[in-house]
Amino acid sequence: VNLRVLRAGLLTTVQDLGRTGHQHEGVPVGGAMDTAALRVANLLVGNAESAAGLEVTLLGPTLELPGDVLLSITGADLAPTLDERPLLMAHAVHAPAGSQLAFGGPRAGCRAYVAFAGGIDVPLVLGSRATYLRAGIGGLHGRALAADDRITLGEPSARSRRIAACVAVGSSASWSPARFAGTALRVLPSTGTAVEVRALRGRHYDELTAASQQALWLEPFVVSGDSDRMGYRLVGPPLALAEPRELVSEAVAFGTVQLPPGGNPIVLLADRQTTGGYPRVLEVASVDLPLLAQTPPGGQVRFREVSLEEAQRLYLAREQELARLDVGITLQLC
Amino acid sequence: MSPDFVRIEPLGDAAILVRLGSDIDEATNRRVRAACARLERRRLAAVSDVVAAFTTVAVHYDPARGTFDQVARELSTALDQLDQEPLPATRTLTIPVHYGGGFGPDLEWVAAHARLTPEEVVRRHVAGEYLVHMIGFAPGFPYLGGLDASLVCPRRETPRTHVPTGSVGIGGSQTGIYPIESPGGWQLIGRTDVVLFDPAREPPSLLAPGDRVRFVEVQA
Repeated sequence: VNLRVLRAGLLTTVQDLGRTGHQHEGVPVGGAMDTAALRVANLLVGNAESAAGLEVTLLGPTLELPGDVLLSITGADLAPTLDERPLLMAHAVHAPAGSQLAFGGPRAGCRAYVAFAGGIDVPLVLGSRATYLRAGIGGLHGRALAADDRITLGEPSARSRRIAACVAVGSSASWSPARFAGTALRVLPSTGTAVEVRALRGRHYDELTAASQQALWLEPFVVSGDSDRMGYRLVGPPLALAEPRELVSEAVAFGTVQLPPGGNPIVLLADRQTTGGYPRVLEVASVDLPLLAQTPPGGQVRFREVSLEEAQRLYLAREQELARLDVGITLQLC
Repeated sequence: MSPDFVRIEPLGDAAILVRLGSDIDEATNRRVRAACARLERRRLAAVSDVVAAFTTVAVHYDPARGTFDQVARELSTALDQLDQEPLPATRTLTIPVHYGGGFGPDLEWVAAHARLTPEEVVRRHVAGEYLVHMIGFAPGFPYLGGLDASLVCPRRETPRTHVPTGSVGIGGSQTGIYPIESPGGWQLIGRTDVVLFDPAREPPSLLAPGDRVRFVEVQA
């Protein structure tokens, strides 16, 4: 099955859960910015959670769907339509042959994920289908989608075919087991553009001036316009170490908040470098990375302190919620 | 620093930094490589990536498969008696470089800064044998130690937005090679045709920590 790209959108890339196991060679993990949303989209169409889908940024593409396709859209609400009729988010939807999937514009959040039953079939590069634009590897020829591209889908699983059968008998031709998802699993971002994300103190937090430490927790930071998949630049009260430090480069992680000399922190995200040499003042809790990834440029971020134990407990709770969703889907299959 | 120095600290809620020394030197590099070799042999179930740096090894793990306390305890057991760990074989590679001109737009600047002629800068750069301390910054990018002290120079005040693939640069007391086109702030003195990163190759990175590098000048 081939999808045809009629319009590419602002930045539409093939992403999965990333390229783990190659960071020692300097290869960024990459993958979906909001991994929870991609995983839910995949579950809804009967894919493995790690299957490749489309990450759609703010202004979506227009796609022509040539065969009967089961698809699901999660993450940002970018006003998706199927043949000009509104398409329900976080549902399994059957798209008839020849239909057009389009997006009206951002209503909430920043990145939508489109999963197709069978996943997107592009070659694995270093164990992943994720597009890493800077090195031009993975995804569709290592780049974002462009008009006239064709995208091959994989063979739907037995589970996908059973979900397709459920959807076909439903009155609205769609199916939403996501309504069983609990509060720990935020399937859809809220419409607000001000978020509170939980974070741990980073290694160099103690070396910040007292005023900078206070500002980190009390003041809002704005996501700057030159933010991308590699990192969010935050603009707020300027932060400073009590004494400048020359640091030796070492590994960084998804959610590391670095402080370059200019005083504006940078949160490292999916396409982050594997190592860095700036002071690390905070580490965003993994459970809140999806929320941060859905904050668009211009959006406001506040940090709230959380302990390591609490961060890991929250993360585990969300993993259990995803597992429950998986089981819930199995139980709903007719 | 004591040879059995191992300090374990969290890096966020899904990674751990193992600190094996405080200075950038060959002894610390050997301990970093020993820790990586050990963790390659004794793989911990929750761990996805083991990343060597100058003085640390980072261990990325899935907190759903092990808490910090659990993984930290497993790590300190696994990293016991590190000085007994046999180190994997390393290689010495020779990298041909076109120095100066369009290939090394900052060679004249580096020469002026060092109060040397460009020819002398090249002579000193090819005279060295460099140790790969770590791979980072970009896929396959080697941080090379062993730069002649007279060639140490500051990074550019304004980093370039596009540094061409294969560019050989100097940043502080380090020298390195850009494997892919990327932004970069190092002073560029030459360029090589050697492919440092190729995802179709196994392993994709030409160099690994512990390898040695020599440069030779390609005559135009």
